[in-house]
Amino acid sequence: MKPSLKLLDYSILQQCMHCGMCLPACPTYVATKKERHSPRGRISLMRAVADGELKLSPAFADEMSYCLGCLACETACPAGVDYSNLLETARAEVQSAGLNQTFTSRFWRTVTMRGLFMRPRLLRFAGRLLWLYQRLGLQTAFRKIGLTKLLPPDLRRLEPQCPTIATKFSPQLIRPVETPAKSRHRVALLTGCVQDLVFAELNRDTADVLLANGCEVHTPPVQPCCGSLHAHNGEAAAAKTLAKRMIDLFPPAQFDGIISNSGGCGNHLRHYGALLADDPVYAPLAKLWDTKLRDIHEWLLEYGCLAPRTGLGDLTVTYHDSCHLTHGQKVTKQPRDLLKLIPGLKLVELPEANWCCGSAGIYNITQPVQSEQLLVRKVGHVIGTGASVLATANPGCHLQIARGLRQAGSPITLVPPVTLLARAYRAQQKRKESIT
Amino acid sequence: MSALSPAQLARLRAIVGSENVLTSPEDTIPYGFDGTAALKGPAETVVLPGSTEEISAVVKFAGEYGRAIVTRGSGTGLSGGSVPSEGCIILCLTRLDKILSVDAANLTVRAQCGVITAAIDAAVLQHGLFYPPDPGSMKISTIGGNVAENSGGLRGLKYGVTRDYVMGLEVVLPDGRIAQFGNACVKDVAGYSMKDLFIGSEGTLGIITEVLLKVLPRPAARRTMLASYDRMEDAAQTVSDIIAAKIIPCTLEFLDRMTIGCVEDYAKIGLPRDCEALLLMETDGHPAAVAEEAEQMLALARARGARDVRVARDDAEALQLASARRSAFSALARVRPTTILEDVTVPRDKLAEMVAFVAEVAKKHNLLVGTFGHMGDGNLHPTFLTDERDAAEMARVHEALEEIVTKTLALGGTITGEHGVGLAKKAWLRRQVGENSHDLMREIKRAWDPRNLLNPGKIFD
Repeated sequence: MKPSLKLLDYSILQQCMHCGMCLPACPTYVATKKERHSPRGRISLMRAVADGELKLSPAFADEMSYCLGCLACETACPAGVDYSNLLETARAEVQSAGLNQTFTSRFWRTVTMRGLFMRPRLLRFAGRLLWLYQRLGLQTAFRKIGLTKLLPPDLRRLEPQCPTIATKFSPQLIRPVETPAKSRHRVALLTGCVQDLVFAELNRDTADVLLANGCEVHTPPVQPCCGSLHAHNGEAAAAKTLAKRMIDLFPPAQFDGIISNSGGCGNHLRHYGALLADDPVYAPLAKLWDTKLRDIHEWLLEYGCLAPRTGLGDLTVTYHDSCHLTHGQKVTKQPRDLLKLIPGLKLVELPEANWCCGSAGIYNITQPVQSEQLLVRKVGHVIGTGASVLATANPGCHLQIARGLRQAGSPITLVPPVTLLARAYRAQQKRKESIT
Repeated sequence: MSALSPAQLARLRAIVGSENVLTSPEDTIPYGFDGTAALKGPAETVVLPGSTEEISAVVKFAGEYGRAIVTRGSGTGLSGGSVPSEGCIILCLTRLDKILSVDAANLTVRAQCGVITAAIDAAVLQHGLFYPPDPGSMKISTIGGNVAENSGGLRGLKYGVTRDYVMGLEVVLPDGRIAQFGNACVKDVAGYSMKDLFIGSEGTLGIITEVLLKVLPRPAARRTMLASYDRMEDAAQTVSDIIAAKIIPCTLEFLDRMTIGCVEDYAKIGLPRDCEALLLMETDGHPAAVAEEAEQMLALARARGARDVRVARDDAEALQLASARRSAFSALARVRPTTILEDVTVPRDKLAEMVAFVAEVAKKHNLLVGTFGHMGDGNLHPTFLTDERDAAEMARVHEALEEIVTKTLALGGTITGEHGVGLAKKAWLRRQVGENSHDLMREIKRAWDPRNLLNPGKIFD
């Protein structure tokens, strides 16, 4: 059955009583002051489609794509409207109606959604090729002789944004099972897709922090994509397939915790129960899965996190909330509390810390203008704090804000909170070794 | 009435710029409603002007073609005041969002109509000043809308409502002329107090484009307290005791059990779910006076059998409690699909009686109701949690509302304390104010706007 606003439980649409409390929290409304670009405005359009008062149109499709999907409205909404469900349904309907598709967008969609992000080995292979391209100096050479101009316009715009691929991917850094001296919990570590290609070191750091806190860490070398990209972009069937593969690889009954260290993935991962509710075989497993899934920061504080005795020197750090960690998973206090555990680290609050940076999945590709405005706003606040490090826990935000800071000529570096913690543990270890 | 012709639209675009005239359904459908449940209207043309002159030109244009104008700000009204009528032009004023000046010497602030209410208080805060009216929607409502609806808030008991802070207005009249009323003088008895006619006129007499507001020195101290009760009557009686002790706190808010549960589901700040009433109390002013009053209020609450009484640890917790209270109406929407909010107000010594009556009526008609509101000023918000698709239940809701209104009027109360009449309450206005008063209001409207172009069908038919 194709997802559709008409078939959706109508009470989810009715839940919005259009009080307007979401408007000041919505980046696209604040930027434009047009109701259509607000959460309640979009919901009224969805409701008009469900009521048969509005036909699915390119303008409707545009609006659904103009939404960042940052879910700040869900945090602001006193009525508890399930906006992400509404947005995903609307996007899926737009997708299946074939609206707003050009040949190139369909091509890239097929390559990414149905190709690379369905096949983890192929994705790593593509990553390796890209790494070679970057490492062999081809990137610089191609740019110099203007060969990149031969790329189709979409790719030409994206080429400079392409992140640097890591030298080693997660399986080269983490053994399938690693055991601490005294094991208290058995956990699974999800390595992610983009995370694995670009920030594999963060996966190593996450494993180290878990080990230091008494966890036996299981990290299978080949892991499927969690399906978050697919669900957010109207590919519901693929999202379900991927969720099942994930559950097969990590039977939830075998673990005390299933750990995600990427805000965006985590928010999707903890809702497998709803995604697979209609599946006779997987529904109960998915329900159990949801109870085991934890964001890394959440897990550490729930089960007690060892405070490092050695710090990283005098360090002023500010923290940016990734949308899906704060609005989706409601994990806001824990990353800050973890940072405060590090001796000598001074945490300064970032103004508008939970305001979207414009990365928003593939938003910086699909809506470059609005994305850039949000990035400039974010970077201004970050520089204003006077911090030397910006901590954030989502690969999309990390890449986006790093690019923004580079453009602004700022020396501020980006480091995930878990990495800072891992470095502090290592510093402590080193000190211990040098003493003994 | 047919849609505007392409030539007419071209004229509108020439006035405000083409990006500020919206006509496609994807652009206009979101302007078909405000914050009022179950009310919507046909939204065909939305115009977003950028200045008083543009507004005047749009009004003149509308007059030429006999088009009605329905004005709106952020669309958070709770009586359907900005719900569009057939064939109207929706005039959305959010682009007029500049604070023009803060005059610390004369204690005034001048702002365009589309400035967000909370932004006014934030702007004067830098000067150690304070804009007291704080409607529940203050983070998004516009000051023009507040003046047009004469909005209240949580501090009404001590500080009054929007009307008490309006010193001057700039208004576009139904024929497009621009007029100024009032000034920065504390005393001014030159002629009729025309500004007062526009305050609370709900967009039916003119379009408010600029406001001159009175502000106060910011209170040096503030203390917020929370008391929980096993019986609503005890909470109401505490309020009477506080007033009898010659204390005027700035806030005395209550939530009933249903509302507490919903607010806690949203805000998760540890409100006790198992009590029948929560009383949120706040006193502000000179630190010594605040300390003394707070002690007295706590003692009075305990003496009336409050189960638990506590003081907010710090400003952050006080703010959290007040924000939680402000979310009450929307939070109640968690329970059922449709949330119908009422605004009846009674003299405050009748409040306990009224709260008990609402509960009785709900029980009699087998309806779910959550009640919260401003206990200190008798302003009640009984909120029916229902489903607009269930015709039988909706009929019972209307019967219950009828009984609540009848009781309110019998107790010497009003059908609306702070939300306005709009569409939602116009059926009852005549009963409340009496024939002659109702006729006079209509005569004024007719004299002023003989073609009934400004917000037709609101307040009265």
